Amino acid sequence: MSAALAAEWTKLRTLGETWWLAAGVIAVALAASAAMLATTHISPGAPGGGSDPTKLALTGLDLAQAVVAVIAVVAVTEEYATGMIRVSLAAIPRREAVLGAKALTVAGLTVAAALPAVAGCLVVGRLLLPGAGIGPGHCYPLLSIAHGATLRAAVGAVMYLALIALLSLGVGAIVRDTATATGVVLALLYLPPLLALLIADPWRRHVEQIAPMTAGLAVEATRHLGSLPDAPWAGLGILGVWGVGALVAGGVVLRVRDA
Amino acid sequence: MTALLASRGRSGLRDATRAEWTKFRTVRGWRVALALAAGLLVLFSYLQAHGKHTGYCTTPSPTSCVGGHPYVPDGAGGGAVADAYELASRSLAGDGTITARITSFSGRIWAGPSNEAPSLAHTRPGLAAWSKAGLMVTSSTRQGAAYAAVMATGAHGVRFQYDYTHDAPGLAGAVSPVAARWLRLTRTGDTITGYDSSDGTTWHRIGSARLVGLPSTVRVGLFTTSPNTYGGQATRATAAFDHIALRPSGDGPSAGAAATWRATSTGIGPRDFYTALGRGGERRHGETILVTGSGDIALAVADAGPDTASDSLLFGLVVAMIVLIVVAAMFATSEYRRGLILTTLAATPRRGRVLAAKAVVIGACGFAVGAVASAVAVPFAEHVMRANGNYIYPAGPLTVMRVIAGCGLLVALSAVAVLGLGTILRRSPVAILAGVVVFILPAFTGPGVLGGPGGGGSAVRWLYTVTPAAGFSVLGLLPRSPLVSFPYTMGNGYYPLPPWAGLLVLCAYVGTALAAAMMVLRRRDA
Repeated sequence: MSAALAAEWTKLRTLGETWWLAAGVIAVALAASAAMLATTHISPGAPGGGSDPTKLALTGLDLAQAVVAVIAVVAVTEEYATGMIRVSLAAIPRREAVLGAKALTVAGLTVAAALPAVAGCLVVGRLLLPGAGIGPGHCYPLLSIAHGATLRAAVGAVMYLALIALLSLGVGAIVRDTATATGVVLALLYLPPLLALLIADPWRRHVEQIAPMTAGLAVEATRHLGSLPDAPWAGLGILGVWGVGALVAGGVVLRVRDA
Repeated sequence: MTALLASRGRSGLRDATRAEWTKFRTVRGWRVALALAAGLLVLFSYLQAHGKHTGYCTTPSPTSCVGGHPYVPDGAGGGAVADAYELASRSLAGDGTITARITSFSGRIWAGPSNEAPSLAHTRPGLAAWSKAGLMVTSSTRQGAAYAAVMATGAHGVRFQYDYTHDAPGLAGAVSPVAARWLRLTRTGDTITGYDSSDGTTWHRIGSARLVGLPSTVRVGLFTTSPNTYGGQATRATAAFDHIALRPSGDGPSAGAAATWRATSTGIGPRDFYTALGRGGERRHGETILVTGSGDIALAVADAGPDTASDSLLFGLVVAMIVLIVVAAMFATSEYRRGLILTTLAATPRRGRVLAAKAVVIGACGFAVGAVASAVAVPFAEHVMRANGNYIYPAGPLTVMRVIAGCGLLVALSAVAVLGLGTILRRSPVAILAGVVVFILPAFTGPGVLGGPGGGGSAVRWLYTVTPAAGFSVLGLLPRSPLVSFPYTMGNGYYPLPPWAGLLVLCAYVGTALAAAMMVLRRRDA
């Protein structure tokens, strides 16, 4: 297994795109969060006082996850595109081990990129939220990791990105073509929330409860937990089912199908 | 010689296009993808339309609820209008003139919670900017009838208006006992002319209207109406008229305040869509008639209900765009994978022409998918929505064709842009990522996503003005009117840009991507 890990790590780190994309995760997350907060202005009298500072600060991850998905998809589909997969499977005939090692390295890389991205988003939030009308002057505490719910959201967000990577890897292993797999993963992530905007309850709620993005992002919430489609950890669990399910399906397909 | 070169240039592009078309159509997966994109667009339009139901209740008890939407009249100009007002009128046969002076104009504004039906129980004094009181000539008191009127308004001075959309300004300033306003309306054949005066002796002509087909006997009288404020609160206004004189031309007797004026409340029944505050009425004090009314006489904007013929398209359109973006990225990059690009460039050494040919092919495919699918989806979804009781804003065949062509262009342009990106990057995932993020994601950072009221408002407007998402403006169908004070925001269904302006913004991005791709392709080793 350690040989498989070493092989996968070598392949991943020598792929030209990997480092650009990993840097892209951080850059996209920070830029999107900053842009979002810089253009948001909650008027003091807005009803409900319903803003969730932590979730707002982490908005950038909604975009950055797309980059994570691409890293994970490419990690498996490029092998098919170049024919490298035959070499990999010849070297390590236990195909699940190949996929497992891929999952570990990609998830590891994702966590490594997600930690600074999430931390950076929280810092951006701490700096910009008061200007958006969500700060100590408006009955909101300053964003702090010492706040239990915020800490949970931050840890959950890192896990969220890792699970998105696993889901994408699984889809990549099933579909095998880079472009198609990218399209499928992005559609799987972004279309259900759009659909949910357009349909009525109770279907809206069901879609939000089971779709990978809306369910998983429940872990970022720190306020109004009762109105979430899923409880924070339960939502992340549903994304976990998606991720592990896709990975297992990918493993089964890899095992039974000619490479 | 030049002509020969030009003709070879054209045939060169034609040959290159034929080559690219052959490459495109011989990949079975791409053919399937195009069919899939069109099918999904229609399917999702149906699903979205199917989920929309309108019913309404005349009283809080659920047994009084019926399916269907409140009544929205069609105006004389062919659009949906609000036509709710209080009128004290007499009939006038043939030509004639009506004159009156308004000495006071005041009103009440609903001040209770916005989710409650407005009543007179909770009000504060005040007028809406477009509260209106004045003289009117109308073919009948049926809603949507042709009319012309001269009026004092809450904040826009004296106006002459006719047929819901036409407007001309007269004296500025508000009505008060020290600044009373004299108004006059004259009928001569089909022509109605409006005048105002501050003293009753020097008259100023504001404007005139030709109401084609006006019957010889019309209703003429004093009206008052008061629309919702910009913030959506219902209002009610009262105007005091004196020096009233309705004089038929010829030698008929003149009618003053003492004559019989028939009171009519139009458009404030339980089945009418416009929310009125209380009921209207007339009162008489000697030579003065007080007319109280609530409602509006203007174009119906989104307050009649938010549904348009293009409403069910958005989701299916986004799905089709994602499929086309994936296909376009593959179309651009797969040649690099297989080394076919070397053959292509050897066959057509002018590289710009290769890219142009590819853009023509993928653009034509995108347009065909978007236009054909929406041509099926729009009438189909409209039928389903109507069957579910929804009100749909009337849209003429030209407008519907604009939406259908716009959908085709939207899909085509996004595919061409991703083709350009794919050519620059030579890698499909990054091109797809960029395409989806740039073209699709803004589509659902809608008001619902960016937080509650006030939250994200400017961000959303910005997204739909300067990013490629501006292209979605082609779906905009809701009417606007400068005569209706209403927040024309994304939250209420209004795109910030007009359709073609939005499409031009998108074109600018596509042009930039294509030009950059052209440059990179020329300079770079294949």
